[in-house]
Amino acid sequence: MLNRFHRKAKGYEKIFCAAISIFLFLCIWQAVVSFTKVGLVLTGPVQTLSALFRSIVQPIGTHTIEGHILWSLSRVLVGFLLGSTVGIILGILMGWFRVVEAIFRPLYEIIRPIPPIAWIPLSILWFGLGEPSKYFLIFISAFCIVTTNAYAGVKAVDPELMGAARMLGANNRQVFSTVVLPSCVPHIFAGLQIAVGASWGCVVAAEMIRASEGVGWVIVKGQEGNSTVQILVGIVAIGIVGFVLAVIMRAVEARLCKWSVRGK
Amino acid sequence: MTENMINCTNMEKTFETSRGPVPVISDVTLQVQENEFLVLFGPGQCGKSTMINCMSGLEPVTGGSVEVNGKRVSAPGADRGVVYQKITLFPWLTVMGNVEYGPKVRGISKKERRERAQHYIDLVGLNGFEQSYPNQLSGGMQQRVGIARAYCNEPAVLFMDEPFGHLDAQTRYLMQEDLMKIWEKEKRTIVFVTNNIEEAIYLADRIVVMTNCPTHIKKEYRIRLPRPRDYVDPKFLQLREEISAVVDKAL
Repeated sequence: MLNRFHRKAKGYEKIFCAAISIFLFLCIWQAVVSFTKVGLVLTGPVQTLSALFRSIVQPIGTHTIEGHILWSLSRVLVGFLLGSTVGIILGILMGWFRVVEAIFRPLYEIIRPIPPIAWIPLSILWFGLGEPSKYFLIFISAFCIVTTNAYAGVKAVDPELMGAARMLGANNRQVFSTVVLPSCVPHIFAGLQIAVGASWGCVVAAEMIRASEGVGWVIVKGQEGNSTVQILVGIVAIGIVGFVLAVIMRAVEARLCKWSVRGK
Repeated sequence: MTENMINCTNMEKTFETSRGPVPVISDVTLQVQENEFLVLFGPGQCGKSTMINCMSGLEPVTGGSVEVNGKRVSAPGADRGVVYQKITLFPWLTVMGNVEYGPKVRGISKKERRERAQHYIDLVGLNGFEQSYPNQLSGGMQQRVGIARAYCNEPAVLFMDEPFGHLDAQTRYLMQEDLMKIWEKEKRTIVFVTNNIEEAIYLADRIVVMTNCPTHIKKEYRIRLPRPRDYVDPKFLQLREEISAVVDKAL
């Protein structure tokens, strides 16, 4: 009971500290903008945040800021879901079946180090300027990360646990489904966490190249119109959404990996 | 004359390494009777764990043969249970999930395996912890789960590979005492590995003293002290001295 109270108090303490650190940062930002020449090339937090709130009702271009965020999120969602699904399946199969590993691993190892942005010209050539080329870029970025982690997860399964399962009577298929799969869940989740962040970064890059909506577009239009306020609105929106995505992922992970250290 | 539960005949095990073959077990012939508590006792790295791995079927022998319950051992199987030195519980399963794992993979109905698992959870004294995860338990409790899990599969033979090696001294005494109680309530054939002489004499019907690597049988002692045994009984201490003198001093 006391323990729980203690933990709760610690939670409040954390939020309190976070609030102070953000507040101090905003103060310094405001001070630098108000009292130095940096103010010429950077807008202050008050102006930025009020522009952000204004953009909730007043559209930038054709959409309000929520509209832009939803556009970007929908792109991320499609690419991320496809990429991580294929990544989890391929990673696990490569980890478990020697044949799959022998065939796919070399190819995959060549594709993996290529930064997703390098695919932009080709993706436009292959998929045109519309949505599919953006899905493709996000797919690549999520896929590479998730595959790596799922593969590493299978390789990291404790051989003694597999031995114990066999001794208790499990056949190969049962060892796979009752030992290998559950024990690589934390690895896969670590990958998904990173992949969400990377996909979110990738969509912004994709939208900066060619789009007519989305947070990346907001930033590029800000650049073209010499509007630091609009650039900062885009940046802050990206930061907030990225943070919320990470929090959601962590909550899901905590539920699914109650048993592991990562889940705690 | 009871049947031999385990028959090891001229058992050999050699590991092939990059620096050539390393013999670990050399010519071990050993019989274990049904419901006997046999302790393999020897110095540090003398290949006792390898003996357990070979006898349980986790690793193949490179010479001779191992028979358990009249069947030749060549692969892991549910008729042999193992309690490991390292805690090898499934961390994503609760205590109940771990204990019922064996019956579950062998297709025993939920009702029956639950009842059986509950029986063994109670037997090892973990009533009330069925829904806990292993990382919420102490080392001693985790090893109790390991014992319950092995028992719950109702194997013909139980192998225990220094199961109390990682526990602190106090918990270790307690676990030895409880293991004896469990074994006396539900007799099984047990092969128990240890490098602790006190533990060996406290538990064993028979102690087999092993030499250092490659390991073979040095001497056997039948322990006839009445149970529960007393660590400071003069006869206990005398045996302790006698067996200690026989063991290889190894670093």
